[in-house]
Amino acid sequence: MRYIPNSPEERAEMLASIGLSSHDELFRSIPADIRMNRALNITEPLAESQVIGAMESMAAKNTAATMPSFLGAGVYSHFSPTIVDHLIQRSEFFTSYTPYQPEISQGTLQYIFEFQTLICQLTGMEVANASMYDGSTAMAEAYLMAQRVTRREKIVVADTVHPEYREVARTYTQHGDLEIVTAPFDEKTGTISDLSSLDDKTAALVVQSPNFFGCIEDLRSLADKAHSVGALLIVVVTEAISFGVLRSPGACGADIVVGEGQSFGVPMSFGGPHVGLFATQDKYVRQMPGRLCGVAYDKNGNRGFVLTLSTREQHIRREKATSNICTNQGLIALAATIYMETMGKKGLQEVAVQNAQKAAYAAKKIAEIDGFEIAFSAPKFNEFVVRGPRPAEEILAGLREQGIIGGLALSKYYPDREKDFLVCVTETNSREQLDGLIKNLKSVL
Amino acid sequence: MSNIPENLRYSKDHEWIKVESDEATIGITDWAQNSLGDVVYVDMPRVGDSFGTHEAFGSVESVKAVSEIFTPVAGKVTAVNEGLNDTPEVVNSDPYDAGWMVKIKMDNPGEADAMLSAEEYDEYLSSIG
Repeated sequence: MRYIPNSPEERAEMLASIGLSSHDELFRSIPADIRMNRALNITEPLAESQVIGAMESMAAKNTAATMPSFLGAGVYSHFSPTIVDHLIQRSEFFTSYTPYQPEISQGTLQYIFEFQTLICQLTGMEVANASMYDGSTAMAEAYLMAQRVTRREKIVVADTVHPEYREVARTYTQHGDLEIVTAPFDEKTGTISDLSSLDDKTAALVVQSPNFFGCIEDLRSLADKAHSVGALLIVVVTEAISFGVLRSPGACGADIVVGEGQSFGVPMSFGGPHVGLFATQDKYVRQMPGRLCGVAYDKNGNRGFVLTLSTREQHIRREKATSNICTNQGLIALAATIYMETMGKKGLQEVAVQNAQKAAYAAKKIAEIDGFEIAFSAPKFNEFVVRGPRPAEEILAGLREQGIIGGLALSKYYPDREKDFLVCVTETNSREQLDGLIKNLKSVL
Repeated sequence: MSNIPENLRYSKDHEWIKVESDEATIGITDWAQNSLGDVVYVDMPRVGDSFGTHEAFGSVESVKAVSEIFTPVAGKVTAVNEGLNDTPEVVNSDPYDAGWMVKIKMDNPGEADAMLSAEEYDEYLSSIG
């Protein structure tokens, strides 16, 4: 939105043209007793230099940004090439609004098409939409889609799916007919184990891989088990960099893949805005939420991009729409697209391997410290759960005093896991940072 | 001129039905397919679903629009035309035969008698211009 300043004279002129003498008169229709009759409690106007000074001193309080951090758990610190930030600031891309008019939106539609293509390639699926708000709302939409496809109303979700994703999905679907059942995980492996709640009433089995504990789930066998009762397999991916080394969910038999694309060049930004990924198989495309961009040819054979299958969407179908998601996180999806295209296949593989190797090094070294162990035995990507000799909150507080953000205490989400904390290692953590973490873990004992 | 076979019954929503004892075959009329334009997708119910009179049981999507299809009679779906999944265009080319959509076992077979005859439907079409 443009900033349009107006002078007291201009305001008086505008009021006069509608026959009013003061701006109080403009608000006459609001009853006096619910009007606020005092000035807003904010500071006096400041000069631009003072505003910049105030913002800088506020930003300087964010010491976490300069501390070595091993926090992951759904939001990841990755290096973003400068080109990403540079290109998304081109003014042509400023609006994320639905490009209904292809004749004036070819640039936007083309990057959406490229985004969808790349997400299909990474997830191993046949069709992807133009993105969702974030991973958690994408997961909630996947629940609803599975309900539409199977006409069943039970969702079996692994206890190893990000607890906040599950909370969002519960909130999102709470007024519908869905019954949501949680499937427990194996204490030893850290992966989903007990599928006894999966039955022929189940619309979908929902698993995250790598899961909230960083463990890689056996998607192929989970797909077989879901399909054997006629349920869909929904795979959730919160760490998109893992696509660079793991077999794609599509190749393992997933029916719907949802995830968070923040790792692709998008700043952590205190948890948002990020970008949700949503991909499925061609046969389910009409049940897929969100907008979809397709390639088309005009009568002269020129290639162009247009919104496709809009009949699923609310601007055409109103209350009968497949979902009420029509807009996406356009600018963030653009950032993710530029990131993916900059990194390329090789670059993404390389950064994924770096993550896995650095995490494996850290896990190995931490397990060697007396009193510490790696909690789960399943293969991992760039996150793992450490079990310490004392409550994790205490250990992490000790690390913070040494200027290190050591990870996330699991007791926040799993109250019985007092000694467990989740450690994430990415390509942004240097060897010195890793060794610093290990050294300080020894000394906080 | 629309093709309006004599042996069928019609609704003002432009569905036709063909009654054989208590089973009704339902589709959309030649006038309806012509108004919709090229049909690209037909969304149909599943066998076993039940519908009340004038309830929407699916939708027809053309390159121009999406329209709901209503059952003129109450009952339970006994068959759907699976062929339309692959060749929805037969709704355009052959609306009264290969383009049929569902078969419904009628709760009240008398309901069909209240529908328009071919002659009445033709008059109705003239009246709506």
